[in-house]
Amino acid sequence: METKIRRKKKASVEEALCVACGCCRKVCPKQAIEIWKGVTARICAEKCIGCGKCVKECPASVISLQEVQP
Amino acid sequence: MKKHWYDYLWILSLAYLILGFFNILFAWLGLLCFFIPLIISIGWGTKGYCNRYCGRGQLFALLGGRLGLSRKKDIPNWMKSRWFRYGFLIFFFIMFFQMLWSTYLVFAGAKDLRQVVTLLWTFRLPWNWAYHGTLFHPGVAQFAFGFYSVMLTSTVLGLITMVLFKPRSWCVYCPMGTMTQLICRAKAK
Ligand code: SF4
Ligand code: SF4
Ligand code: SF4
Repeated sequence: METKIRRKKKASVEEALCVACGCCRKVCPKQAIEIWKGVTARICAEKCIGCGKCVKECPASVISLQEVQP
Repeated sequence: MKKHWYDYLWILSLAYLILGFFNILFAWLGLLCFFIPLIISIGWGTKGYCNRYCGRGQLFALLGGRLGLSRKKDIPNWMKSRWFRYGFLIFFFIMFFQMLWSTYLVFAGAKDLRQVVTLLWTFRLPWNWAYHGTLFHPGVAQFAFGFYSVMLTSTVLGLITMVLFKPRSWCVYCPMGTMTQLICRAKAK
């Protein structure tokens, strides 16, 4: 087993480059993503568990996992 | 995750491409994936079409994702820049109006119907087996050939970027996607 302490991570969208295609929303297991007014994806930090599925899916690669303070 | 009826619209997108191979007049149906996204974005201010209903996006997700026909690499930065996306939209519009113009010329009788599908705005593929009738004016068929060219070209481009980058890379620079996002942006102000 890994003994490293795992930091908590959350997904974050670079909104200026998001194309609002909604691919990320489709794969999110926690329904943490909404496409705000067809302009950009927004992630609800409370719901996000940092699984990274949306990061892999995003065709524009504008989502990244960011460490957050626990 | 629960599947909805609209998760199967990729079947229609595939059927569209196949039907156009047998009878070009089916190409007219493609106008649906032109007007529905516009109506949704103008009426509701969302990209609901892209987010839910677009069969083409689903088709790429299926081929590139489930069937693994994609390298799943990041798309280059210039391709997601606004310059490229808006530039491609403008280019697409110019080509679209050029297509409308040649349709007009056939309607006006100034030009004869050309039974070709133009791929990537350059390569003319003979497509005469898909045109059978004199039921409609040749202009109707000319529009169908033109519209099918647009659809086939965008599918081919989408497939290329699907293989090179992520499955739905086409959605980054898809003119319909860019246009509906612009409309939403304007409405969100
Ligand atoms: S997948 Fe990427 S580009 Fe598409 S809506 Fe989500 S963050 Fe935006
Ligand atoms: S990291 Fe996982 S839980 Fe968080 S928004 Fe992305 S897909 Fe949803
Ligand atoms: S961006 Fe284009 S291909 Fe992608 S979902 Fe929207 S309309 Fe369909």
